This record gives sequence, structure tokens and C-alpha cells, in this order.
Amino acid sequence: MAVITYRQALHDTLREEMLRDEDVFLIGEEIGVFEGSYKITAGLLKEFGEKRVRDTPIAEEGFVGAAVGAAMLGLRPVVELMTINFSLIALDQIVNHAAKIYGMFGGQTSVPMVLRTPGGGGQQLGATHSQNIELYYAFVPGLKVVAPSTPADAKALLLASIRDNDPVLFLENLALYNTKGEVPDVVEPAEIGKAKVSKPGTDITIIGYSRMAMVAQQVAEQLQADEGINAEVVDLRSLRPLDRETVVESVRKTGCAVIAEDDWLTYGIGAEIAASISDGAFDYLDAPVRRVAAAEVPLPYAKPLERAALPSAESLTTAVHQTLEAVGRRR
Amino acid sequence: MTEIQMPRLSDTMEEGVISTWRKNVGDQVSRGEVMAEIETDKAIMELEAYDDGVLEKILVEAGATVPIGTPIAVLGDGSGAAAQAAPAPAAPAAPAEPAASTPAPSAPVAPAEQGAKPKASPLAKAVAREKGVDLATVQGTGPGGRIIRADIEAAAAAAPSAPAAPAAPAAAPVVSNEDVEEVPLSNIRKVTAKRLTESKQQAPHFYLTSAIDVTELVAFRANLNERLQAAGGPKVSINDLIVKAVATALRANPAVNVSFAGDKMLQHKRIHLGVAVAIENGLVVPVIRDADRKSVSEIAAESREKAGRAREGKLKLDEMSGGTFSISNLGMFGIEQFSAVINPPEAAILAVGAARDEVQVRDGEFVARKILRVTLSADHRAVDGAVGAAFLQQLTGLLEDPIRIIA
Repeated sequence: MAVITYRQALHDTLREEMLRDEDVFLIGEEIGVFEGSYKITAGLLKEFGEKRVRDTPIAEEGFVGAAVGAAMLGLRPVVELMTINFSLIALDQIVNHAAKIYGMFGGQTSVPMVLRTPGGGGQQLGATHSQNIELYYAFVPGLKVVAPSTPADAKALLLASIRDNDPVLFLENLALYNTKGEVPDVVEPAEIGKAKVSKPGTDITIIGYSRMAMVAQQVAEQLQADEGINAEVVDLRSLRPLDRETVVESVRKTGCAVIAEDDWLTYGIGAEIAASISDGAFDYLDAPVRRVAAAEVPLPYAKPLERAALPSAESLTTAVHQTLEAVGRRR
Repeated sequence: MTEIQMPRLSDTMEEGVISTWRKNVGDQVSRGEVMAEIETDKAIMELEAYDDGVLEKILVEAGATVPIGTPIAVLGDGSGAAAQAAPAPAAPAAPAEPAASTPAPSAPVAPAEQGAKPKASPLAKAVAREKGVDLATVQGTGPGGRIIRADIEAAAAAAPSAPAAPAAPAAAPVVSNEDVEEVPLSNIRKVTAKRLTESKQQAPHFYLTSAIDVTELVAFRANLNERLQAAGGPKVSINDLIVKAVATALRANPAVNVSFAGDKMLQHKRIHLGVAVAIENGLVVPVIRDADRKSVSEIAAESREKAGRAREGKLKLDEMSGGTFSISNLGMFGIEQFSAVINPPEAAILAVGAARDEVQVRDGEFVARKILRVTLSADHRAVDGAVGAAFLQQLTGLLEDPIRIIA
């Protein structure tokens, strides 16, 4: 078992899948000659040639549309959108075409494409380049949306996404690229739509995905070490399909929950999770479900303001404390 | 098509028995018509149709016990009826409003919950149900006084041993013995067990006994009955006179006519007396409302009528709920004296024994008198010893000078 970065896990997986299946090809801005803005595709142009690693003009709607067409005809495109913010340009192709073609044409053709794209704030890239707009896509039936938090999950879910016959939004987070984790030598494709209990516990459930799943894991370990609080962490991994069962089962066990998300609070993923908890674990709740999310502002550029606007280990810890106080398990 | 579900007919009801179906499959049913009789933990209630339609299916046969919310029948336009279809009615019952939304008649535990409903987390409520803890008796420590699981667990732990006695009996000895027959608990027995266990666990009982000279009362009653009979009225019993006297004494001692409700006391302004009646498979307590404002004859007639219906299981729920004080009389069995368990959420109960001939010393002389012993069990959280004693003193005075009972 090797310890590698999230970035490396993505790179290795793309390469392995291209070697395994010659229908898999990469398409996007600056992925070839420049080897990707975040170097995920380093070396792949040299290895696989221009036919399978295609640089495109700055025209998201165009190349996403091309990928949809290629997928309909049997190829397996893996699109890199430089950041999720640019996916808005291609929104029509993603929401109106990729998501709907299978259903609208009675299953005659499917769209086996993957849209890889990083999002998230914290890099001082300004409001338009620091968004967590995964909700826009998780909202749409016909799309699958995954958001792995660890290198091993990144690998297992990217394998699954490439081999899936439906369009999959594969969400990365800029803050995760350099994080490291153990990746088994042989990784099986993950089941899309299955959450993971990344730390079992009994006192409280913390639910997160992507960067906040990692923060939740750190907070839970810290609370265990410092205060003996035994929190359970649920890493959603997939936002659509959403694994409500694992969440509900965990909350039924612990009796209270905090949801951590990098996106905005109002109407957010956390609201959906809270509704699921209310539906499936109402009689098991000892306190209202609490949510930790980003401040509802366009993310500021100034570093201290940007820090203050994003949810952090501290804000999550505070929310856990408040919830535990509400159920009398902390003095 | 409307699915009819086992309704929740009382707060304590968890399951019900269909005692009789009054309608058959294929029968036309109109809104408000009685479809079935349902035996709850306390009473037999009528299940009325909430829609017009045809009874298409009976899903639960008479005699079966099912949890509330279980579908028990299907009401439709007749097209699905197994039997020869009655003429199809105009419109099938509109929205599938399950019968479960039947507004429950005033809850049996009403007095304790007369104030604002205690705030409790869903988990606390679930654990309270499981452990048989009355939320009204628990002080919440969560935000805004919300009752949380920890509070229920503390309350359950404070009540010594036997958690949720009836719900989870300690592993019973294995019954492989042919000398022992397993008898399933009737609903009424289950509820009695649960409520009385709660009462003994949660209410700190204390007991006060008085020996009352009822020589005059017995003579008074004979005299009274002669007159009533001459006037064509029904007779009154010693118990009826005791009921009236208790009501009068409670009026003078309102501090006994209370309920303990966690962080507050409920002072009942009206006097509703429960009179315990033993029935074949348990104990029910019909309530005589405003007993202090009724005449002894009225009390006599009402108790006789209610006790009769209680034995047939025909008492309605609201006739057994809302008592503020109870009386339990075992005198007819020759019991000299006993202590009764308080019927929550009431704060006290009077146990009445048999009137016996005894020798007393009066002015240095032995005299034969009829003596009746009564024992007041009171919840010390709500009633103090002196308060209970003053009440008993008043009651004794009334019973020893019986003309005052009807005054």
C-alpha cells in the first residue's frame, strides 16, 4: 500500500483507465501541452498522443458538447473543466443534454462521460473562482455527482465514474490535491451512491463530503483525543445518488447530527441531509440538526476575510460542542 | 379508495382489538355510521366512518389485536368489494384521510398535561415511551427547558430497579411446566400494570389511617333509604355517602385536590371522583364529575349505572379519565383496612375498609360501635402530612355527623 497525494491518485487512475480501455480519452483546456492547470494530466499527451489527449480552445460549451456527442457514439470522454466555475458556460450541455438524453430518447443511447472539475475556495482566487456550486448539478436527475475526499476514494470513484454509462460530475477540491493518503495497490471501482462511515462513533454524527469530510475526520479524531468525545463521521462521497440510509442509520445510533459543507447554507446540500434525517430518524433525535457552512457571501479575496467566510475545524468543533451541550453530554 | 386504520383513541393506547364488525364486506357505509367496535386499553369505542362508500375489504378480523395505524379495512366505491356489489355510490370517498386522524377524546392523563405540553426531543419522547416515564414528571435540562434523553434516563434510574416493568418483564422463568398456564395480558391489565408501576416508582406515597365511628352513618343510611323508597327513589349505599363526604371534604381542603406536574402543581378547581370498580379482567375507575355539586341520590344512580357499564366494558374513555381524586372500597369483601396505590396523575386515593362492630370506651363505659377504617395514600411531592390529616379529620367529622353530608 502506497501513500500518495490526491493529485497522484487521479493521474494514476486516468492513465490506468486509458491503458485498459482505448475508448477512454481526455479533453479540456491546457491538459495536453501544458499538462493541466493542476498537473493531473502530466505526461499523458506524450504517452497517448493528441488523439486521446485533446487540448481545446477556451470554449466550454463547445468541448463539453463535443464530449456529449462522442459519448453518444460510444467513446468514453473524460472532460477536464479547469474549474467548476467555468462549468456554468456549459450548463446547457450538462443539464439539458448530457443529463436528459438517455431518458428523452427512450434509452436508445446513453452518455458515458465524466466531467472532472475542481472547486472550492481558500486559494485567494476571488469570488468567481472560488465557488462550491455542486448543488446545481446534484439537483438534476440524470446526472451523477461524486465528491471524494481521500486519495483512495478519488481513485475508486474515478474508476467507477469512467466505467459508468451515465454522465458523472466528478468534483475535486483545490484544497485536496496535495493531501496524502494510503491507496491500496489494487483498487476496485467504488459503488456510486454509497456513503462511507470513515470513523465509527456513538456520541454524535458528523456528516461531510469532499474537503469538509476531511475536516470532519480531523475534528472527530481531535475530539476523541482531547475530550473523549466519540464522534461518528459519515463521508457522503456521492451527492446524487445520495445515500440517505447510511446517514439515517448513523443518526439513529447517535441521536444528534452536525452537517459540514463548504457550500452556502441556504438551500444547500446540508438542508437536504437535514430533511432526510428528519424523515428517517425523527424519533431518534435528541437535538435539532445543526449545519456548518460557508458564509452567504461571494467569497472575499482578502485572506483573513476568506478564512472567516469558510467553515473550518474550529467552527465545526464549536457546532459539535453546542450540539452535545444541548443533549447534556458535555458540561 | 380509503384505507381505514386502527385509530389512536387514547394517549396511552398502543394497540386495539376489533371487538365486532358492525358492517359486512359489501355493505354501504355513510359518513358517521358506526363500522366497528374497538376495544382499547380502557374501553370499547365505536369506529365511525369518515367517508361514504362501500366496505370493500376487512383486513383485520374481529378478535384480533393490532397496533395503531395498522390498516384494518378498505372503503371504496364498491368496485373492489368481494361480495356482490351493492349499488355503487356516486363518488368514492375523496381524499384518503385515514381514520387514524380521529381526534382522540380527552386524554386519560389530561390533568397532568393541562398546562403547556412539556418540550421534549423526539429521542427523549421515544425513550420515555420505552421506559414508561411520564414526561410531565420530568424536568428538562436542555436548551429552553427541553427534556432530553439524559433527563429521561436520570428519571428512569431514579425510579428504583424494575425499569418499564410491564413492557419488558424480567426474563420470566421458562414455562415448560404443565402446572402453569401462560395467560396473555389483556390490554386493561397491561395498562393497569404500567400505570401503577409508574405511580409506585415515581410518587413517594405516604399513608394516613383513621378509624371512623359510622354507627350514626349506618342508621342514617337506613333512615334515608326508607324515605327514598317511600318516595319511589333508588337506595343509596354507604359508599355513595362516602363519595359525597369525600367530595365535600375536598372542597374544604383543596390542597389535596391537586396533581404534581414536574416543575409545577396543578390545582384542580373541580372535583371529579374516580370510584374504582373491579371487573373481570382488571380494574377500571369510572369518574363522577363534579361530585361535590351532586346530591347523594344522583351520585348513587350514576355510580350504579357506570359500574354496570364498566363491568360490560362499555364505559367510554372520557367517563374514566380526568379524575382528580379516587376512592377504592374493598369493604364488601370484609377487608378491614388497606392502602391503595395512587392513580396518577392524581395526588391521593382513599382506601375504604369494612364497617365492623367494635367495642369502644366512651366516658369510661364500654360501648358497641360500628367502626370504619379509611387510609389515605398521598403523593408527598404534592401533599404534606398535615394537609392530608386535615382532610381526613374533616372527612371523619362528616361521616360521624352524617346529616352534614347531605346538608
